[in-house]
Amino acid sequence: MDFLTILQILDSSVRLATPLLLACLAGLYSERAGIFDIGLEGKMLAAAFLSAAVAAVTGSVWLGLLAGIAASMVLSGLHGLASITFRGNQLISGVAINFLASGLTVLVAQDWFAQGGRTPSLGGDARFTGLTLPFADALAGVPVIGPVYAELISGHSILVYLAVAAVPATWWVLYRTRFGLRLRAVGENPAAVDTAGISVVGLRFAAVAICGLLCGIAGAYLSTALQAGFVKEMTAGRGFIALAALIFAKWRPWQAMWACLLFGVLQAIALRYQNIRLGEITIPVQVMDALPYVLTVVILAGFVGKAIAPRAGGEPYVKER
Amino acid sequence: MTGATLSERRETAAPAIELKGISKAFGPVQANRDISIRVMPGTIHGIIGENGAGKSTLMSILYGFYKADRGEIFIKGRKTEIPDSQAAISAGIGMVFQHFKLVENFTVLENIILGAEDGALLNRSMAKARTELVQLEREYGLNVDPDAVIEEIGVGKQQRVEILKALYRRAEILILDEPTGVLTPAEADQLFRVLGRLRAEGKTIILITHKLREIMEITDTVSVMRRGEMTATVKTAETSPEQLAELMVGRKVLLRVDKAPAKPGAPVLEVENLRVVDEAGVERVKGISLNVRAGEILGIAGVAGNGQSELLEVLGGMRSGRGVLRMRGQVMDPGADGKARRAMGIAHVPEDRQREGLIMGFHAWENVAFGYHDDARYRSGMFMNNRALREDTAAKMERFDVRPPDPWLAAKNFSGGNQQKIVVAREIEQNPALLLVGQPTRGVDIGAIEFIHKQIVALRDAGAAVLLVSVELDEILSLSDRIAVMFDGRIMGERLPGQTDETELGLLMAGMSEAAA
Amino acid sequence: MPKWAEVILVPLISLLLAAILSALVILAIGEDPVAAVKMMVEGALGSTYAWGYTLYYATNFMFTGLAVAVAFHARMFNIGGEGQAMIGGLGVALACLYVPWPHWSLGLLGAILAGGLFGAGWALIPAWLQAKRGSHVVITTIMFNFIAASALNYILVNLLKPKGSQDPASARFPEAVHLPTLHELLAPLGINFSKAAPANVSLLVAVAACVLVWALIWRTRLGYEIRAYGQSEPGARYAGISGVRIILISMVISGALAGCMAINNVMGEAERLVLNATEGAGFIGIAVALMGRSHPFGVFLAAILFGFLYQGGAELALWTKIPREMITVIQALVILFTGALDNMVRAPLERIFLAARRGRG
Repeated sequence: MDFLTILQILDSSVRLATPLLLACLAGLYSERAGIFDIGLEGKMLAAAFLSAAVAAVTGSVWLGLLAGIAASMVLSGLHGLASITFRGNQLISGVAINFLASGLTVLVAQDWFAQGGRTPSLGGDARFTGLTLPFADALAGVPVIGPVYAELISGHSILVYLAVAAVPATWWVLYRTRFGLRLRAVGENPAAVDTAGISVVGLRFAAVAICGLLCGIAGAYLSTALQAGFVKEMTAGRGFIALAALIFAKWRPWQAMWACLLFGVLQAIALRYQNIRLGEITIPVQVMDALPYVLTVVILAGFVGKAIAPRAGGEPYVKER
Repeated sequence: MTGATLSERRETAAPAIELKGISKAFGPVQANRDISIRVMPGTIHGIIGENGAGKSTLMSILYGFYKADRGEIFIKGRKTEIPDSQAAISAGIGMVFQHFKLVENFTVLENIILGAEDGALLNRSMAKARTELVQLEREYGLNVDPDAVIEEIGVGKQQRVEILKALYRRAEILILDEPTGVLTPAEADQLFRVLGRLRAEGKTIILITHKLREIMEITDTVSVMRRGEMTATVKTAETSPEQLAELMVGRKVLLRVDKAPAKPGAPVLEVENLRVVDEAGVERVKGISLNVRAGEILGIAGVAGNGQSELLEVLGGMRSGRGVLRMRGQVMDPGADGKARRAMGIAHVPEDRQREGLIMGFHAWENVAFGYHDDARYRSGMFMNNRALREDTAAKMERFDVRPPDPWLAAKNFSGGNQQKIVVAREIEQNPALLLVGQPTRGVDIGAIEFIHKQIVALRDAGAAVLLVSVELDEILSLSDRIAVMFDGRIMGERLPGQTDETELGLLMAGMSEAAA
Repeated sequence: MPKWAEVILVPLISLLLAAILSALVILAIGEDPVAAVKMMVEGALGSTYAWGYTLYYATNFMFTGLAVAVAFHARMFNIGGEGQAMIGGLGVALACLYVPWPHWSLGLLGAILAGGLFGAGWALIPAWLQAKRGSHVVITTIMFNFIAASALNYILVNLLKPKGSQDPASARFPEAVHLPTLHELLAPLGINFSKAAPANVSLLVAVAACVLVWALIWRTRLGYEIRAYGQSEPGARYAGISGVRIILISMVISGALAGCMAINNVMGEAERLVLNATEGAGFIGIAVALMGRSHPFGVFLAAILFGFLYQGGAELALWTKIPREMITVIQALVILFTGALDNMVRAPLERIFLAARRGRG
């Protein structure tokens, strides 16, 4: 494998890791606040559809992005209503949201565009295009650094840079701000937050809203940047890979980024090669597909370090009697 | 400090807190009924009552944790709405709950500033809190390491963090709910010294407890609650433990159970050098040896959390330990489960009937088989013999006066006392060689207490060995034929009930060695 | 709240809410909900052909619904029914392809065994990880669904696909393991049932499974232990009921039931193993179990309801602008209202009953 191929694979990894990373950080906010979210997939899907649909109709990708965020946040609100207000089962709510998004996106797409559950192909201003970073062209000729900068670092859509910037931002919010302190506390012991005079409901809704925002960006990225339009079930399990990455990262932001990049690399390799030959052994493409899930199970099993979820996670907060 | 003049001055000031006509119901249960109380500033005001009398509910209302259905709250003479804890905190009220409200994997400092941060960024808040903490520590002798993580410090320290939390929020009124439940007597003394200093600084303290000794020791005034109602408020100096006890339970307490002297037989249970390590890797039982003989009740006294629960759980098969256990001379596996224990003739009334002894969603008749569902009389092949079970349940309900005597009612719909009667009926009617009993009368009304005590004594008289664990010293003293005191996972000594008193047992419970005691 | 309200009223109100919202969705895409319902009833119940499809789907959902319900009783949320049904399909396919069964009845027994074993095996790993390592069974079963899909994809493409075929599917099963359809079963009784409909003898197996699960949960000592463990873990420890054992057994039974679905869709209908043979039936099992309150009789009714929705939805997709995904929406709404928003429906009802009791008292 030559240098350029490796660069191309890494470049593609970054693109593929971006939606994972955004969704993973989304899940991080929610789960750190004690609200389990297996509905990341559904929220991304809804956002992917609505952003592509609005971008196609208005011709503006920014309006599309806003619409995608709105769609995702509506579903987040539903999750909050079920799991915070009505203290329902968070896992069941997540399952319901995934199906709701899966059904509604095709239903509405068919009604609006009548193209078999797709949106029209996006082009021009209806799609996010790559940004060429300063000096990318000038530096392209410099050995090693030049191609790395021009190929790998430069040329992505703005959402990719946003996702990367969201990592330190999340770390900072979580560990350096009042909001972060309270967020972590409410995921560990909501009674402590409640007796300290802070609204558990308010905090958790805030966390769920941030989760919706980030999932919305992730979904919009899928249909308006990574691809040019929405197709049925286009998230293809990415919400669950993001969830896997979150567990892999043990609910920490920097580790989340590395986990998502790792899974992005796996996806990029699976996309480029059908079967990988390592000497005598051939690794079938299906192994690459399954690897993120297998790795997550291994991590969950605690054979390689133990993943301990936020202690109050999954449990609705009820004042004790 | 001469009490007379000071208390006169206090009489004339507006009460720090006044509650008028507070009522609160949880579903069909009336937890507080029309309660009024005045707490004067700069005093320690005790609120005493049995478990379930409604003390904690009342204080939770004052702290904005629950909302009262009716009633008014006045702080320093001004009518104040307390819809949430934030309002209580701004009104200068701080509360130390029975179960601490701390974030376990946060540091002391993080716990203290949580909810009382200065500004949106943490750095400044942390620095400010650190300086202030040093001051508070010096002022009240409440030293803790601000950077220690909560789950790594002891309960005594954790309680200090709770008090510091309240003081950091400039609380003028401090409510403590059963603060000594988890403390050793030495730690409790330390706490009381802190409370004394707080009073001297002019703070108002409300102390909720069900321990008469604490009330007599430290409070200025005491209010008594019974079944959701406030029955009396008296000056501590003008009352006696006997009078308070009577107010608490509503009639003369039967302090001694009528029972004939024990006629102990051969040892039934022998325990040698038992050690128990809990899930967190902490050694809870540190090499205990004891035996219980046929026809006697061995009472284990001790402050909660000194290894009694773990001892009982190992003997009942809920937890594994190391050491030698013998039942009627036969060696038992210290790691066997509940089924194996039952097969050896051990019955077990567990400490927590709602979580362990019963399945709250099951019908009463299903609960009567709980733990014995493999018994020949309740089964037919791989199926349950439900008809036999229901008949047996009806008979047991009759014999143990369970009300209502309805086998189809779910366990959760019986009162605490009747739930416990179902458990006791199930276990005692196994005719066990050894009965393990944990906190048999916790949250049980007086009438049921007497009944349950009598049943335990009757089982003893029938020749069974009984191992009783209770944190109620009265219960231990009145039921036991022999008393062992546990402290920090060890047995500090054994006494005979006629030859000891609460003071001596209290010293042993505090970890004073036999020689010193 | 009286028991009849708990068992009947709460699910019915949830269903009604889901129906109202679905009607609004249909209105929003410019179709007439009343006409849609008429068409669904006609298409799903109007002929023996229609019934044949409805019951075929219902059979799938009974298996997966029971699978979720059994696990629910032990307080395990098995989202892995889909993967377990896929792997169960592999077991059924292997049994049908490689064992020369003399008669379909023996073949069916063999297939039940194989499908059950494969499904159970696929559930056993997450169950073991939950019981011994504390890995959350919801997450691991989700992961196992994806792993199952990849594994099956590999096996079909590289191992089971007949030489020269482009289709990622196994060879057709031998004629000997053809399961009698309802047409063939009912003809001797003089009942003329549609020949084209896929409902087959597996329906009877599914109904038998409902009865067996009922007996297991409510009548056997094992069922007693499963329910006790599900309601209180410390209680189970007190009674000497091993949590590890209950988790393993309940998940194995759950996986076996999901795996047994393959006798219907793989052996009974397709008569070969194809990719995505389960068509999401494993997930519909969640809705069916929630709707049926985890009681086998409730699961039976809910499975038929969903069979109706599925077949009716297919008819709608054929004749109107309403696509098949409408069913996914309804399924989502049912899960939402009966599962996640349960308290929203229940709390006002409880208040009404409490007020009524006070009014009388």
